[in-house]
Amino acid sequence: MSTRAKELITIAIIAVFSVVIYILKITGVMTGIEFSGTVSTIIIIAIFLALLVILIRTLRGHLVDRRTVFLFIAFSVALPLLMNISQKITVSGEVEQVYNAVIDLQPGSRVLVSFDYDPASAPELQPMAESFLRLCFMRDLKVIVMGLWPQGPQQAELAMSTILEDDEMKAKNIKYGIDYVNLGYQAGNEFVVQRMGSDFKSMFRKDYSGRAYDDLPLVKNVKNFSNIDYSFNLSAGYPGTQEWVQVAVDRYGLKMGGGNTAVQAPMMYTYLNAGQLEGLLGGMSGGAEFEYLANFTGKATKYMLSQSFAHMVVVAFIIIGNAAFFRSGREKKL
Amino acid sequence: MRREIPLLITGIVGIVFVLQYFIPHFPFNRMNAWFSDWFSIVAAFAIWLGALNLMKISFQKVFRRKSDWGYAVVIIMSFLLMAVVGFAEGKGFRDQGTAFDWLFQFVYTPLSATMFAILAFFVASASYRAFRARNFEATLLLLAAFLVMLGRVPTGDVLTGFMPEGMRLSAVASWIMNFPQTAGQRAIMIGIALGLVSTSLRIILGIERSHLGGGD
Repeated sequence: MSTRAKELITIAIIAVFSVVIYILKITGVMTGIEFSGTVSTIIIIAIFLALLVILIRTLRGHLVDRRTVFLFIAFSVALPLLMNISQKITVSGEVEQVYNAVIDLQPGSRVLVSFDYDPASAPELQPMAESFLRLCFMRDLKVIVMGLWPQGPQQAELAMSTILEDDEMKAKNIKYGIDYVNLGYQAGNEFVVQRMGSDFKSMFRKDYSGRAYDDLPLVKNVKNFSNIDYSFNLSAGYPGTQEWVQVAVDRYGLKMGGGNTAVQAPMMYTYLNAGQLEGLLGGMSGGAEFEYLANFTGKATKYMLSQSFAHMVVVAFIIIGNAAFFRSGREKKL
Repeated sequence: MRREIPLLITGIVGIVFVLQYFIPHFPFNRMNAWFSDWFSIVAAFAIWLGALNLMKISFQKVFRRKSDWGYAVVIIMSFLLMAVVGFAEGKGFRDQGTAFDWLFQFVYTPLSATMFAILAFFVASASYRAFRARNFEATLLLLAAFLVMLGRVPTGDVLTGFMPEGMRLSAVASWIMNFPQTAGQRAIMIGIALGLVSTSLRIILGIERSHLGGGD
Protein backbone atom coordinates (compact mmCIF):
# COMPACT_ATOMS: atom_id res chain seq x y z
CA MET A 1 0.00 0.00 0.00
CA SER A 2 1.35 3.44 -0.92
CA THR A 3 2.08 6.14 1.68
CA ARG A 4 -0.64 8.37 0.17
CA ALA A 5 -3.21 5.58 0.60
CA LYS A 6 -2.13 5.04 4.22
CA GLU A 7 -2.46 8.78 4.86
CA LEU A 8 -5.95 8.86 3.36
CA ILE A 9 -7.07 5.83 5.40
CA THR A 10 -5.70 7.45 8.59
CA ILE A 11 -7.53 10.73 7.83
CA ALA A 12 -10.74 8.79 7.11
CA ILE A 13 -10.46 6.86 10.41
CA ILE A 14 -9.83 10.08 12.36
CA ALA A 15 -12.78 11.79 10.62
CA VAL A 16 -15.15 8.89 11.40
CA PHE A 17 -13.86 8.72 15.00
CA SER A 18 -14.39 12.50 15.42
CA VAL A 19 -17.94 12.33 14.05
CA VAL A 20 -18.79 9.38 16.33
CA ILE A 21 -17.36 11.18 19.40
CA TYR A 22 -19.26 14.37 18.44
CA ILE A 23 -22.55 12.45 18.09
CA LEU A 24 -21.95 10.68 21.42
CA LYS A 25 -21.18 14.04 23.02
CA ILE A 26 -24.26 15.89 21.77
CA THR A 27 -26.52 12.96 22.61
CA GLY A 28 -25.09 12.90 26.16
CA VAL A 29 -23.83 9.30 25.94
CA MET A 30 -20.21 10.37 26.63
CA THR A 31 -21.02 12.26 29.82
CA GLY A 32 -21.31 9.34 32.21
CA ILE A 33 -18.44 7.21 30.90
CA GLU A 34 -15.79 6.63 33.55
CA PHE A 35 -13.33 3.84 34.34
CA SER A 36 -13.68 2.11 37.70
CA GLY A 37 -10.75 2.12 40.12
CA THR A 38 -9.81 -1.46 39.15
CA VAL A 39 -9.82 -0.71 35.41
CA SER A 40 -7.76 2.44 36.01
CA THR A 41 -5.20 0.46 38.03
CA ILE A 42 -5.01 -2.23 35.32
CA ILE A 43 -4.42 0.44 32.64
CA ILE A 44 -1.68 2.12 34.71
CA ILE A 45 0.06 -1.23 35.35
CA ALA A 46 -0.28 -2.18 31.65
CA ILE A 47 1.34 1.09 30.53
CA PHE A 48 4.13 0.69 33.11
CA LEU A 49 4.79 -2.92 32.05
CA ALA A 50 4.78 -1.96 28.36
CA LEU A 51 7.39 0.74 29.07
CA LEU A 52 9.45 -1.80 31.02
CA VAL A 53 9.31 -4.21 28.07
CA ILE A 54 10.45 -1.42 25.75
CA LEU A 55 13.36 -0.63 28.10
CA ILE A 56 14.43 -4.29 28.22
CA ARG A 57 14.16 -4.62 24.43
CA THR A 58 16.17 -1.42 24.02
CA LEU A 59 18.90 -2.78 26.29
CA ARG A 60 18.96 -5.87 24.06
CA GLY A 61 19.47 -3.68 21.03
CA HIS A 62 15.93 -3.37 19.63
CA LEU A 63 15.10 0.31 19.25
CA VAL A 64 11.50 1.50 19.21
CA ASP A 65 10.08 3.49 16.35
CA ARG A 66 8.92 7.07 17.00
CA ARG A 67 5.37 6.01 16.14
CA THR A 68 5.43 3.86 19.29
CA VAL A 69 6.28 7.01 21.26
CA PHE A 70 3.31 8.78 19.62
CA LEU A 71 1.03 5.89 20.54
CA PHE A 72 2.11 5.96 24.19
CA ILE A 73 1.58 9.73 24.37
CA ALA A 74 -1.89 9.34 22.83
CA PHE A 75 -2.85 6.70 25.42
CA SER A 76 -1.31 8.60 28.32
CA VAL A 77 -3.25 11.74 27.43
CA ALA A 78 -6.57 10.20 26.40
CA LEU A 79 -7.14 7.37 28.87
CA PRO A 80 -6.72 9.41 32.11
CA LEU A 81 -9.58 11.66 30.92
CA LEU A 82 -11.87 8.71 31.71
CA MET A 83 -10.25 7.88 35.05
CA ASN A 84 -11.43 9.11 38.41
CA ILE A 85 -8.21 9.38 40.40
CA SER A 86 -7.76 12.31 42.76
CA GLN A 87 -4.34 13.89 43.02
CA LYS A 88 -2.90 15.98 45.82
CA ILE A 89 -2.26 19.47 44.45
CA THR A 90 0.69 21.34 45.97
CA VAL A 91 0.18 25.08 45.67
CA SER A 92 3.18 27.16 44.62
CA GLY A 93 3.89 30.65 45.96
CA GLU A 94 3.25 32.45 42.68
CA VAL A 95 -0.25 30.96 42.35
CA GLU A 96 -1.06 31.83 45.95
CA GLN A 97 -0.02 35.41 45.18
CA VAL A 98 -2.70 35.74 42.46
CA TYR A 99 -5.30 34.20 44.73
CA ASN A 100 -4.39 36.49 47.65
CA ALA A 101 -4.45 39.54 45.38
CA VAL A 102 -8.05 38.74 44.39
CA ILE A 103 -9.11 37.86 47.93
CA ASP A 104 -7.65 41.12 49.29
CA LEU A 105 -9.76 43.25 46.93
CA GLN A 106 -12.83 44.93 48.37
CA PRO A 107 -16.22 44.00 46.84
CA GLY A 108 -16.94 46.34 43.96
CA SER A 109 -13.27 46.68 43.00
CA ARG A 110 -12.56 46.80 39.28
CA VAL A 111 -10.52 44.00 37.74
CA LEU A 112 -9.20 44.23 34.18
CA VAL A 113 -8.76 40.87 32.43
CA SER A 114 -7.01 40.83 29.08
CA PHE A 115 -7.54 37.72 26.95
CA ASP A 116 -4.41 37.63 24.82
CA TYR A 117 -4.69 34.18 23.30
CA ASP A 118 -6.53 32.25 20.63
CA PRO A 119 -8.23 28.83 20.56
CA ALA A 120 -4.88 27.07 20.04
CA SER A 121 -3.92 27.83 23.66
CA ALA A 122 -7.45 27.52 25.02
CA PRO A 123 -6.97 24.03 26.56
CA GLU A 124 -4.35 25.53 28.87
CA LEU A 125 -5.69 29.04 29.39
CA GLN A 126 -9.45 28.66 29.23
CA PRO A 127 -9.66 26.75 32.57
CA MET A 128 -7.61 29.54 34.17
CA ALA A 129 -9.90 32.16 32.68
CA GLU A 130 -13.00 30.39 33.93
CA SER A 131 -11.74 29.86 37.49
CA PHE A 132 -10.35 33.40 37.73
CA LEU A 133 -13.58 35.02 36.50
CA ARG A 134 -15.60 32.73 38.75
CA LEU A 135 -13.59 33.79 41.81
CA CYS A 136 -13.97 37.46 40.86
CA PHE A 137 -17.76 37.13 40.67
CA MET A 138 -17.87 35.11 43.89
CA ARG A 139 -16.03 38.02 45.56
CA ASP A 140 -18.45 40.57 44.00
CA LEU A 141 -15.72 42.19 41.93
CA LYS A 142 -16.44 44.09 38.73
CA VAL A 143 -14.76 42.62 35.67
CA ILE A 144 -13.65 44.49 32.55
CA VAL A 145 -12.62 42.17 29.74
CA MET A 146 -10.65 43.01 26.61
CA GLY A 147 -8.19 41.43 24.17
CA LEU A 148 -5.04 42.29 22.29
CA TRP A 149 -5.54 39.14 20.18
CA PRO A 150 -8.45 39.16 17.71
CA GLN A 151 -9.95 35.93 19.09
CA GLY A 152 -9.38 36.89 22.74
CA PRO A 153 -12.75 38.57 23.40
CA GLN A 154 -14.55 35.59 21.87
CA GLN A 155 -12.68 33.31 24.27
CA ALA A 156 -13.84 35.63 27.05
CA GLU A 157 -17.44 35.25 25.89
CA LEU A 158 -17.07 31.46 25.95
CA ALA A 159 -15.63 31.54 29.46
CA MET A 160 -18.35 33.89 30.61
CA SER A 161 -21.15 31.75 29.13
CA THR A 162 -19.68 28.64 30.81
CA ILE A 163 -19.47 30.13 34.28
CA LEU A 164 -22.81 31.94 34.07
CA GLU A 165 -24.49 28.53 33.68
CA ASP A 166 -23.30 27.65 37.20
CA ASP A 167 -26.08 27.75 39.80
CA GLU A 168 -23.94 29.78 42.22
CA MET A 169 -23.34 32.37 39.51
CA LYS A 170 -27.03 32.44 38.57
CA ALA A 171 -27.80 33.24 42.20
CA LYS A 172 -25.45 36.24 41.97
CA ASN A 173 -27.63 37.71 39.20
CA ILE A 174 -24.66 39.00 37.22
CA LYS A 175 -25.60 41.72 34.74
CA TYR A 176 -23.75 42.85 31.65
CA GLY A 177 -22.68 46.48 31.82
CA ILE A 178 -22.94 46.59 35.60
CA ASP A 179 -20.96 43.56 36.82
CA TYR A 180 -18.88 42.88 33.72
CA VAL A 181 -18.10 44.39 30.38
CA ASN A 182 -16.40 42.99 27.28
CA LEU A 183 -14.59 45.83 25.52
CA GLY A 184 -13.55 43.62 22.61
CA TYR A 185 -10.39 43.59 20.53
CA GLN A 186 -8.25 46.51 19.54
CA ALA A 187 -5.39 46.29 17.05
CA GLY A 188 -2.07 47.89 17.96
CA ASN A 189 -0.42 45.55 20.47
CA GLU A 190 1.49 47.42 23.23
CA PHE A 191 0.41 50.78 21.82
CA VAL A 192 -3.14 49.92 22.87
CA VAL A 193 -1.87 49.40 26.43
CA GLN A 194 0.04 52.66 26.25
CA ARG A 195 -3.04 54.62 25.13
CA MET A 196 -5.14 52.94 27.81
CA GLY A 197 -2.68 54.40 30.30
CA SER A 198 -4.02 57.85 29.46
CA ASP A 199 -7.49 57.11 28.09
CA PHE A 200 -9.41 53.80 27.85
CA LYS A 201 -12.14 55.33 25.72
CA SER A 202 -9.75 56.39 22.97
CA MET A 203 -9.07 52.70 22.30
CA PHE A 204 -12.55 51.30 22.99
CA ARG A 205 -15.21 53.70 21.79
CA LYS A 206 -17.64 50.78 21.62
CA ASP A 207 -17.77 47.46 23.44
CA TYR A 208 -17.75 43.97 21.91
CA SER A 209 -21.46 44.11 21.07
CA GLY A 210 -21.34 47.66 19.72
CA ARG A 211 -22.63 49.61 22.75
CA ALA A 212 -21.05 53.02 23.29
CA TYR A 213 -18.43 53.21 26.05
CA ASP A 214 -20.33 55.94 27.91
CA ASP A 215 -23.52 53.82 27.95
CA LEU A 216 -21.84 51.14 30.06
CA PRO A 217 -22.26 52.01 33.76
CA LEU A 218 -19.27 49.91 34.82
CA VAL A 219 -16.72 51.70 32.66
CA LYS A 220 -18.14 55.15 32.00
CA ASN A 221 -16.12 56.51 34.92
CA VAL A 222 -13.02 54.49 34.10
CA LYS A 223 -10.55 56.93 32.60
CA ASN A 224 -7.27 55.00 32.78
CA PHE A 225 -5.32 52.43 34.79
CA SER A 226 -5.62 54.50 37.97
CA ASN A 227 -9.28 53.37 38.08
CA ILE A 228 -8.32 49.69 37.95
CA ASP A 229 -7.61 47.85 41.21
CA TYR A 230 -6.07 44.68 39.81
CA SER A 231 -5.35 43.29 36.41
CA PHE A 232 -4.94 39.74 35.17
CA ASN A 233 -3.42 38.89 31.82
CA LEU A 234 -4.04 35.57 30.09
CA SER A 235 -1.28 35.28 27.57
CA ALA A 236 0.00 32.84 24.96
CA GLY A 237 2.73 34.97 23.35
CA TYR A 238 3.06 38.39 21.73
CA PRO A 239 1.44 40.72 22.65
CA GLY A 240 0.98 39.43 26.17
CA THR A 241 2.14 39.59 29.76
CA GLN A 242 5.60 40.89 28.89
CA GLU A 243 4.18 43.91 27.04
CA TRP A 244 1.63 44.57 29.79
CA VAL A 245 4.40 44.54 32.41
CA GLN A 246 6.67 46.79 30.37
CA VAL A 247 3.99 49.40 29.70
CA ALA A 248 1.09 49.15 32.15
CA VAL A 249 3.01 47.97 35.23
CA ASP A 250 6.34 49.78 34.85
CA ARG A 251 4.99 53.02 33.50
CA TYR A 252 1.52 53.37 34.98
CA GLY A 253 1.92 51.32 38.18
CA LEU A 254 -0.88 48.84 37.43
CA LYS A 255 -1.06 45.85 39.79
CA MET A 256 -0.97 42.77 37.64
CA GLY A 257 -0.95 38.99 37.77
CA GLY A 258 -0.38 36.66 34.83
CA GLY A 259 -1.80 33.42 33.51
CA ASN A 260 0.55 31.98 30.91
CA THR A 261 1.00 28.87 28.84
CA ALA A 262 3.63 26.49 30.27
CA VAL A 263 5.95 27.34 27.38
CA GLN A 264 5.83 31.07 28.13
CA ALA A 265 5.73 30.95 31.94
CA PRO A 266 9.51 30.51 32.54
CA MET A 267 10.14 33.93 30.95
CA MET A 268 7.77 35.56 33.42
CA TYR A 269 9.72 34.48 36.51
CA THR A 270 12.11 37.40 35.96
CA TYR A 271 9.20 39.84 36.33
CA LEU A 272 7.71 37.82 39.16
CA ASN A 273 10.90 37.79 41.22
CA ALA A 274 11.43 41.50 40.57
CA GLY A 275 7.97 42.23 42.00
CA GLN A 276 6.66 43.62 38.71
CA LEU A 277 4.21 40.74 38.42
CA GLU A 278 1.96 39.98 41.38
CA GLY A 279 1.48 36.27 40.93
CA LEU A 280 1.63 33.83 38.06
CA LEU A 281 -0.38 30.82 36.93
CA GLY A 282 1.89 28.74 34.71
CA GLY A 283 0.26 26.23 32.40
CA MET A 284 -2.27 23.60 33.33
CA SER A 285 -0.67 22.98 36.74
CA GLY A 286 -0.98 26.69 37.63
CA GLY A 287 -4.65 26.53 36.68
CA ALA A 288 -5.20 23.41 38.78
CA GLU A 289 -3.47 25.00 41.80
CA PHE A 290 -5.66 28.09 41.44
CA GLU A 291 -8.79 25.95 41.24
CA TYR A 292 -7.68 24.12 44.39
CA LEU A 293 -7.28 27.44 46.24
CA ALA A 294 -10.60 28.72 44.92
CA ASN A 295 -12.23 25.50 46.12
CA PHE A 296 -13.52 24.70 42.67
CA THR A 297 -13.01 21.56 40.58
CA GLY A 298 -12.68 22.79 37.03
CA LYS A 299 -11.15 21.59 33.80
CA ALA A 300 -7.53 22.18 34.89
CA THR A 301 -7.89 19.82 37.87
CA LYS A 302 -9.52 17.19 35.65
CA TYR A 303 -6.89 17.49 32.92
CA MET A 304 -3.94 17.38 35.36
CA LEU A 305 -4.12 13.58 35.48
CA SER A 306 -3.48 13.47 31.72
CA GLN A 307 -0.59 15.89 32.11
CA SER A 308 0.89 13.81 34.96
CA PHE A 309 0.69 10.67 32.82
CA ALA A 310 2.16 12.40 29.77
CA HIS A 311 5.08 13.79 31.82
CA MET A 312 5.78 10.35 33.26
CA VAL A 313 5.76 8.76 29.80
CA VAL A 314 8.11 11.44 28.40
CA VAL A 315 10.47 10.90 31.35
CA ALA A 316 10.32 7.14 30.73
CA PHE A 317 11.20 7.59 27.06
CA ILE A 318 14.10 9.90 27.94
CA ILE A 319 15.43 7.10 30.19
CA ILE A 320 14.90 4.55 27.39
CA GLY A 321 16.60 6.83 24.87
CA ASN A 322 19.60 7.29 27.15
CA ALA A 323 19.73 3.55 27.82
CA ALA A 324 20.01 3.01 24.07
CA PHE A 325 22.62 5.77 23.84
CA PHE A 326 24.88 4.29 26.52
CA ARG A 327 24.36 0.74 25.31
CA SER A 328 25.53 1.69 21.82
CA GLY A 329 28.72 3.29 23.14
CA ARG A 330 27.29 6.84 22.91
CA GLU A 331 27.13 6.76 19.12
CA LYS A 332 23.89 5.32 17.88
CA LYS A 333 21.21 7.73 16.68
CA LEU A 334 17.51 6.91 17.10
CA MET B 1 11.59 60.48 -1.88
CA ARG B 2 10.49 56.85 -1.57
CA ARG B 3 13.27 56.34 0.94
CA GLU B 4 13.59 59.78 2.51
CA ILE B 5 9.96 60.14 3.67
CA PRO B 6 9.78 56.75 5.46
CA LEU B 7 13.17 57.48 7.05
CA LEU B 8 11.93 60.87 8.25
CA ILE B 9 8.71 59.37 9.67
CA THR B 10 10.68 56.62 11.44
CA GLY B 11 13.15 59.14 12.89
CA ILE B 12 10.51 61.60 14.16
CA VAL B 13 8.21 58.92 15.61
CA GLY B 14 11.12 57.08 17.23
CA ILE B 15 12.54 60.23 18.85
CA VAL B 16 9.08 61.31 20.09
CA PHE B 17 8.44 57.90 21.67
CA VAL B 18 11.79 58.05 23.49
CA LEU B 19 11.24 61.66 24.65
CA GLN B 20 7.65 61.17 25.83
CA TYR B 21 8.78 58.36 28.13
CA PHE B 22 11.00 60.80 30.04
CA ILE B 23 8.92 63.98 29.49
CA PRO B 24 5.23 62.96 29.60
CA HIS B 25 4.02 66.55 29.10
CA PHE B 26 2.86 68.75 26.24
CA PRO B 27 3.69 68.51 23.35
CA PHE B 28 5.18 65.03 23.68
CA ASN B 29 2.16 63.48 25.43
CA ARG B 30 -0.10 64.75 22.64
CA MET B 31 2.26 63.53 19.94
CA ASN B 32 2.49 60.16 21.68
CA ALA B 33 -1.32 59.88 21.59
CA TRP B 34 -1.42 60.77 17.88
CA PHE B 35 1.27 58.31 16.93
CA SER B 36 -0.24 55.53 19.07
CA ASP B 37 -3.64 56.09 17.43
CA TRP B 38 -2.00 56.04 14.02
CA PHE B 39 -0.23 52.83 14.92
CA SER B 40 -3.58 51.22 15.78
CA ILE B 41 -5.03 52.41 12.45
CA VAL B 42 -2.03 51.10 10.50
CA ALA B 43 -2.17 47.80 12.46
CA ALA B 44 -5.89 47.42 11.60
CA PHE B 45 -5.08 47.94 7.91
CA ALA B 46 -2.22 45.46 8.24
CA ILE B 47 -4.75 42.76 9.23
CA TRP B 48 -6.67 43.43 6.00
CA LEU B 49 -3.45 43.49 4.05
CA GLY B 50 -2.42 40.17 5.58
CA ALA B 51 -5.77 38.56 4.77
CA LEU B 52 -5.79 39.82 1.18
CA ASN B 53 -2.17 38.81 0.69
CA LEU B 54 -2.97 35.29 1.95
CA MET B 55 -5.79 35.08 -0.60
CA LYS B 56 -3.59 36.36 -3.41
CA ILE B 57 -0.84 33.83 -2.66
CA SER B 58 -3.36 30.99 -2.26
CA PHE B 59 -5.13 31.79 -5.55
CA GLN B 60 -1.78 31.98 -7.37
CA LYS B 61 -0.85 28.60 -5.94
CA VAL B 62 -4.10 27.06 -7.15
CA PHE B 63 -4.04 28.61 -10.63
CA ARG B 64 -0.38 27.70 -11.21
CA ARG B 65 -0.93 24.18 -9.76
CA LYS B 66 2.07 24.55 -7.45
CA SER B 67 2.95 21.73 -5.03
CA ASP B 68 0.35 21.11 -2.30
CA TRP B 69 -2.14 23.42 -4.04
CA GLY B 70 -4.93 21.41 -2.45
CA TYR B 71 -4.13 23.02 0.91
CA ALA B 72 -4.49 26.44 -0.73
CA VAL B 73 -8.01 25.43 -1.83
CA VAL B 74 -8.83 24.58 1.80
CA ILE B 75 -7.52 28.01 2.90
CA ILE B 76 -9.62 29.84 0.30
CA MET B 77 -12.76 27.86 1.07
CA SER B 78 -12.36 28.30 4.83
CA PHE B 79 -11.67 32.02 4.49
CA LEU B 80 -14.67 32.58 2.24
CA LEU B 81 -16.94 30.45 4.42
CA MET B 82 -16.09 32.38 7.60
CA ALA B 83 -16.28 35.75 5.80
CA VAL B 84 -19.59 35.04 4.04
CA VAL B 85 -21.25 33.58 7.15
CA GLY B 86 -19.94 36.47 9.28
CA PHE B 87 -21.13 39.19 6.89
CA ALA B 88 -24.47 37.46 6.29
CA GLU B 89 -25.27 37.46 9.98
CA GLY B 90 -24.64 41.16 10.36
CA LYS B 91 -23.72 43.03 13.52
CA GLY B 92 -24.37 40.24 16.01
CA PHE B 93 -22.40 37.62 14.07
CA ARG B 94 -20.41 36.58 17.17
CA ASP B 95 -23.45 36.12 19.42
CA GLN B 96 -24.13 32.68 20.81
CA GLY B 97 -26.16 30.42 18.57
CA THR B 98 -25.14 32.06 15.31
CA ALA B 99 -23.60 30.01 12.50
CA PHE B 100 -20.39 32.00 12.84
CA ASP B 101 -20.21 31.17 16.55
CA TRP B 102 -20.83 27.49 15.74
CA LEU B 103 -18.00 27.49 13.20
CA PHE B 104 -15.74 29.22 15.72
CA GLN B 105 -16.57 26.85 18.60
CA PHE B 106 -16.82 23.55 16.79
CA VAL B 107 -14.50 23.91 13.80
CA TYR B 108 -11.90 26.62 14.37
CA THR B 109 -11.33 25.99 18.09
CA PRO B 110 -10.81 22.19 17.89
CA LEU B 111 -8.61 22.53 14.79
CA SER B 112 -6.41 25.16 16.46
CA ALA B 113 -6.21 23.14 19.66
CA THR B 114 -5.27 20.06 17.62
CA MET B 115 -2.40 21.89 15.96
CA PHE B 116 -1.09 22.95 19.37
CA ALA B 117 -1.65 19.48 20.84
CA ILE B 118 0.52 17.89 18.16
CA LEU B 119 3.40 19.61 19.97
CA ALA B 120 3.10 17.04 22.78
CA PHE B 121 3.85 14.21 20.34
CA PHE B 122 6.82 15.98 18.80
CA VAL B 123 8.22 17.00 22.19
CA ALA B 124 8.00 13.38 23.37
CA SER B 125 9.58 12.04 20.19
CA ALA B 126 12.32 14.69 20.17
CA SER B 127 13.06 14.06 23.87
CA TYR B 128 13.39 10.35 23.19
CA ARG B 129 15.70 10.80 20.23
CA ALA B 130 17.78 13.85 21.16
CA PHE B 131 17.83 14.37 24.93
CA ARG B 132 21.15 12.68 25.69
CA ALA B 133 23.64 12.87 28.55
CA ARG B 134 26.48 13.48 26.08
CA ASN B 135 28.56 15.76 28.30
CA PHE B 136 28.42 17.63 31.62
CA GLU B 137 26.25 20.53 30.32
CA ALA B 138 23.82 18.20 28.56
CA THR B 139 23.55 16.05 31.69
CA LEU B 140 22.83 19.14 33.78
CA LEU B 141 20.08 20.18 31.36
CA LEU B 142 18.70 16.65 31.34
CA LEU B 143 18.58 16.51 35.14
CA ALA B 144 16.91 19.93 35.38
CA ALA B 145 14.30 18.92 32.79
CA PHE B 146 13.73 15.66 34.63
CA LEU B 147 13.16 17.34 37.98
CA VAL B 148 10.97 20.13 36.60
CA MET B 149 8.84 17.74 34.53
CA LEU B 150 8.19 15.54 37.54
CA GLY B 151 7.98 18.39 40.05
CA ARG B 152 5.40 20.31 38.01
CA VAL B 153 2.82 17.52 38.28
CA PRO B 154 1.34 15.98 41.45
CA THR B 155 3.08 12.67 40.66
CA GLY B 156 6.39 14.25 41.66
CA ASP B 157 5.23 14.78 45.22
CA VAL B 158 3.71 11.30 45.34
CA LEU B 159 7.09 9.80 44.41
CA THR B 160 8.94 11.89 47.02
CA GLY B 161 6.19 11.95 49.64
CA PHE B 162 8.48 10.29 52.21
CA MET B 163 10.90 13.26 52.12
CA PRO B 164 10.65 16.52 54.12
CA GLU B 165 8.36 19.07 52.43
CA GLY B 166 11.16 21.39 51.34
CA MET B 167 13.00 18.58 49.56
CA ARG B 168 10.10 17.15 47.59
CA LEU B 169 10.12 17.38 43.82
CA SER B 170 7.64 20.28 43.68
CA ALA B 171 9.95 22.35 45.94
CA VAL B 172 13.00 21.38 43.89
CA ALA B 173 11.19 22.33 40.65
CA SER B 174 10.17 25.67 42.16
CA TRP B 175 13.77 26.34 43.22
CA ILE B 176 15.04 25.56 39.70
CA MET B 177 12.42 27.85 38.15
CA ASN B 178 13.01 30.70 40.60
CA PHE B 179 16.80 30.75 40.70
CA PRO B 180 18.94 29.10 37.99
CA GLN B 181 16.21 29.43 35.35
CA THR B 182 15.46 33.06 36.22
CA ALA B 183 19.18 33.92 36.20
CA GLY B 184 19.51 32.41 32.73
CA GLN B 185 16.38 34.18 31.47
CA ARG B 186 17.65 37.51 32.83
CA ALA B 187 20.97 37.10 31.04
CA ILE B 188 19.15 36.36 27.77
CA MET B 189 16.69 39.24 28.26
CA ILE B 190 19.40 41.77 29.08
CA GLY B 191 21.30 40.66 25.99
CA ILE B 192 18.19 40.98 23.82
CA ALA B 193 17.38 44.39 25.33
CA LEU B 194 20.86 45.73 24.58
CA GLY B 195 20.60 44.43 21.04
CA LEU B 196 17.15 46.03 20.67
CA VAL B 197 18.42 49.40 21.90
CA SER B 198 21.31 49.43 19.44
CA THR B 199 19.12 48.23 16.53
CA SER B 200 16.40 50.77 17.40
CA LEU B 201 18.97 53.59 17.47
CA ARG B 202 20.31 52.49 14.10
CA ILE B 203 16.77 52.48 12.64
CA ILE B 204 15.83 55.86 14.19
CA LEU B 205 19.04 57.45 12.93
CA GLY B 206 18.54 55.96 9.46
CA ILE B 207 21.69 53.82 9.54
CA GLU B 208 19.76 50.54 9.38
CA ARG B 209 17.47 50.67 6.32
CA SER B 210 16.66 47.03 5.59
CA HIS B 211 13.05 47.54 6.76
CA LEU B 212 12.52 49.80 3.73
CA GLY B 213 13.12 46.84 1.45
CA GLY B 214 16.61 47.71 0.25
CA GLY B 215 19.82 45.89 0.94
CA ASP B 216 21.82 48.88 2.18
